[in-house]
Amino acid sequence: MVKSITIFTTNTCAYCAMVKKYLDAKGFGYEVVNLDEKPERQEEALRLSGALTVPVTVVTKQDDSQEVIVGYNLAKLAPAVA
Amino acid sequence: MATTWPSWLRQSPDLIEIIMSEVPTQPQPASTPVHDVIMIGAGPASLSAAIYTTREDIETLLFERGVVGGLAAITDWVDNYPGFPKGIAGLTLADELRLQAERFGAKIELGEVLKITDEGKYKRLETTSGDMLAKAVLIGTGSDYKKVGVPGEQEYYGRGVHYCATCDGAFYRDKKLVVVGGGNSAVQEAMFLTRFASHIDLLVRGDHFRASEVLQHELENKHKDKITVHFNTTTDEIVGENNSVVKVIGTDKTTGSKVEFPTDGVFVFVGLKPNTEFLKDSPVELDEIGFVKADDKQETKIPGVFVAGDVHSGATMQIASAVGEGATAALRLREYLEDHGRKHGDPDAAIMN
Repeated sequence: MVKSITIFTTNTCAYCAMVKKYLDAKGFGYEVVNLDEKPERQEEALRLSGALTVPVTVVTKQDDSQEVIVGYNLAKLAPAVA
Repeated sequence: MATTWPSWLRQSPDLIEIIMSEVPTQPQPASTPVHDVIMIGAGPASLSAAIYTTREDIETLLFERGVVGGLAAITDWVDNYPGFPKGIAGLTLADELRLQAERFGAKIELGEVLKITDEGKYKRLETTSGDMLAKAVLIGTGSDYKKVGVPGEQEYYGRGVHYCATCDGAFYRDKKLVVVGGGNSAVQEAMFLTRFASHIDLLVRGDHFRASEVLQHELENKHKDKITVHFNTTTDEIVGENNSVVKVIGTDKTTGSKVEFPTDGVFVFVGLKPNTEFLKDSPVELDEIGFVKADDKQETKIPGVFVAGDVHSGATMQIASAVGEGATAALRLREYLEDHGRKHGDPDAAIMN
């Protein structure tokens, strides 16, 4: 079960829009961290994903374990929120 | 069909229940959904075609494995699409196209088509959501950016090597960048990246740009303080240290000497490759690069399977052209469905396997 979802995005990122569209369609709520508005959180996105890219989607489960999905990757995102 | 029980039995509902429990349940046959038109890809060509087909009341499903809007959606700014005198953000244009297609009833499913087979009356599409049948198909899968194919490129992908400026540019505030390429995308995206980077070295293999004159003038007039252009310069290797990119090694073709460009990241825009892997074993004919060949009606070797946009052999890789081809393909699709008596309304909502 999903406890919370955080998406690191930027203003111009089309793949971020796709992740949000997918989660919206599935009825999940999520927190958006816009790195254009909060560049101080870039290090956090990098630490979590190991990549200099967005979207980075962090799915926190009920047991507080986390799954990090880099990019728009339905093959990983769908089972992570299932 | 409802069962009619004899009157004597209707007096004993318990007995009916016992009888019913003994009747073996018939397995429900699996069914394959049938669509009037399936469009593979949801870029500008397919979205344009879908506006036309749905307005003709032709039921239309689009399959998209990546971003709705395709490469247009990840392009920072589009200045040459008619009707927008001030230009329009690629993401906004893509979203407007999507909304317009959905307004008339187009359905977009996120998933991938893995194979297409001609079964005569229907085309069978093997997808990540299961098999589907279509009376006609539009291939509008577009293209993706090519790789340079040099050492270090794969190793540092996503950690210093990038193909999407609008996605990853924000990670390079006040940093140095190298952009590789000399076409419209390279120049356009290099200019976009100046909002983040302190300086950009633009490496162009040839002795001139392939980008439009307008973009070249904009680069010269507005960005020459931040962008240094290096013509006749190949990109040979991307070098990293401690898990980060530190420099690009190239060759100055005029002297043959090695040149180095210290950098924090590399953005690559060296042309496009068609998204046609799923067609490799199909009867659809591809050209030597892999783009889809078609006749002058945009119909491929499979009757009822059409093509439009960047994936079409000979495409000009322009959004306006893709949209035009999409509209043409939609009219051809309608003709095909009418000629074969398969326009909407036939009762095949699903085919039992």
